[in-house]
Amino acid sequence: MSPLSTMRRGMSATLRRELTLLWRRKSDSLNPLLFLLMVSSLFPLGVSPAPDVLALLSPGIIWVVALLACLLSTESMFRSDYDDGALELFLLNPQPLYFHILVKVLAHWLLTGIPLAILSPIIALLLNLPPQAIPILVASLVLGTAPLVFIGAIGAALTVGLRRGGVLLSLIVLPLYVPVLIFGADAVKRASEGAPVPGQLAILAAFFMLSFALAPLAAAGALKISVDS
Amino acid sequence: MWAFFHKLGSPKWFYDISGKFLLWLAPITAILLIVGTVWGLFYAPPDFKQGNSYRIIYIHVPVAVLSLSGYYIMAIAGAIHLIWRMKLADVAMRCAARLGAGLTFLALFTGAVWGKPTWGTYWVWDARITSELVLLFLYMGIIALYEAYDNKVAASRACAVLALVGTVNIPIIYKSVDWWYSLHQPATIKFTEKSTIDPSMFYPLLIMIIGFYCFYAVALMLHMRTEVLSSERKTRWVQALVEKRD
Repeated sequence: MSPLSTMRRGMSATLRRELTLLWRRKSDSLNPLLFLLMVSSLFPLGVSPAPDVLALLSPGIIWVVALLACLLSTESMFRSDYDDGALELFLLNPQPLYFHILVKVLAHWLLTGIPLAILSPIIALLLNLPPQAIPILVASLVLGTAPLVFIGAIGAALTVGLRRGGVLLSLIVLPLYVPVLIFGADAVKRASEGAPVPGQLAILAAFFMLSFALAPLAAAGALKISVDS
Repeated sequence: MWAFFHKLGSPKWFYDISGKFLLWLAPITAILLIVGTVWGLFYAPPDFKQGNSYRIIYIHVPVAVLSLSGYYIMAIAGAIHLIWRMKLADVAMRCAARLGAGLTFLALFTGAVWGKPTWGTYWVWDARITSELVLLFLYMGIIALYEAYDNKVAASRACAVLALVGTVNIPIIYKSVDWWYSLHQPATIKFTEKSTIDPSMFYPLLIMIIGFYCFYAVALMLHMRTEVLSSERKTRWVQALVEKRD
């Protein structure tokens, strides 16, 4: 069998494994959605329920809360594999770790990032986001949650060996989230003012591609360190 | 060339050579900083608009410049440590992280002090200030990650990976914050651009920047020497050194 087709089989097996695992632990994918819903509903209580105030703040609120939801969900990405020793087997595997992580992160994104994007119109209604911005909100979240999950994977790989990685993960990863947040929230804000936003979406897509290509490399290096220690 | 490279990895060799290096670098640093400070604080003309309050530029700009170069120094040291497992590069990375965090904080602090008389407020979400704040967070993340690991060998390698990830990200962060700021820019604030600064104010600033670079080298070496001594305290050469001092 040629190396390429072995790799393809390895990747599709990994994808099936990850999706099955995530599907069996539905709460792991459901919790970020509940988090998005609950935290977003705190803002009208804490800031103001006035529709015009909410309309002004909602692009930023939805994006920040979706970002936090992604961050929280990435923490468990390598945890169970690390605890039960599966991770060491993946390191011993002749398949490059890069592709394993790439597929794993993509599976994670399919079951957290995409559902967040799908749920976001409901949050948009709750927070009085102007309706013309809703398609852009969904598009920006689809494109933007991918780099968030990819960058989060680096942080998760660095902290997986630590007993209390939670807060540390946010300290490491949040500064790296800044560019994605800026362009994502701005796309929604511009759209809510009726302006065209192809540039912002293109840049989000560029972040997606960049993190797609580079983040698994860093995460692979980090996982090797975490397993060695 | 490789012999030199391997020597670089030896803590004892570093300790000896840095001691000799400091002997002339430290006086040069002191002279540069004294000349720059006296020139800047007493002889440079007061600013047309800001009066004397602009003089904090002679601290603010050098620490701000160094806080960013310090990140790259740290990341390069981290990369060397990751690739060649060089012990000294690891020490350099850790010391550079702490120094850099301190310099970044100083840059933010002096900026706030300068902002009060100039802009009437300690803090504005200016592009440069925001980038500097994110830089501080990046430094903090690296220090926190190092502290969290019990196994310090793994800790340095993890920090090196994070520093390299940050290196890729810093230009992106800077550009996006810049772009973000150009959207929200309040009209009342104008930052003195370097290119518009008068030579009579610029020369002392240049001396201060060079002086601070030398100061950074001196501080990094002193810090590294302390770290080397404490990590090598069980070796014969350190014990011989201590006995000679007694």
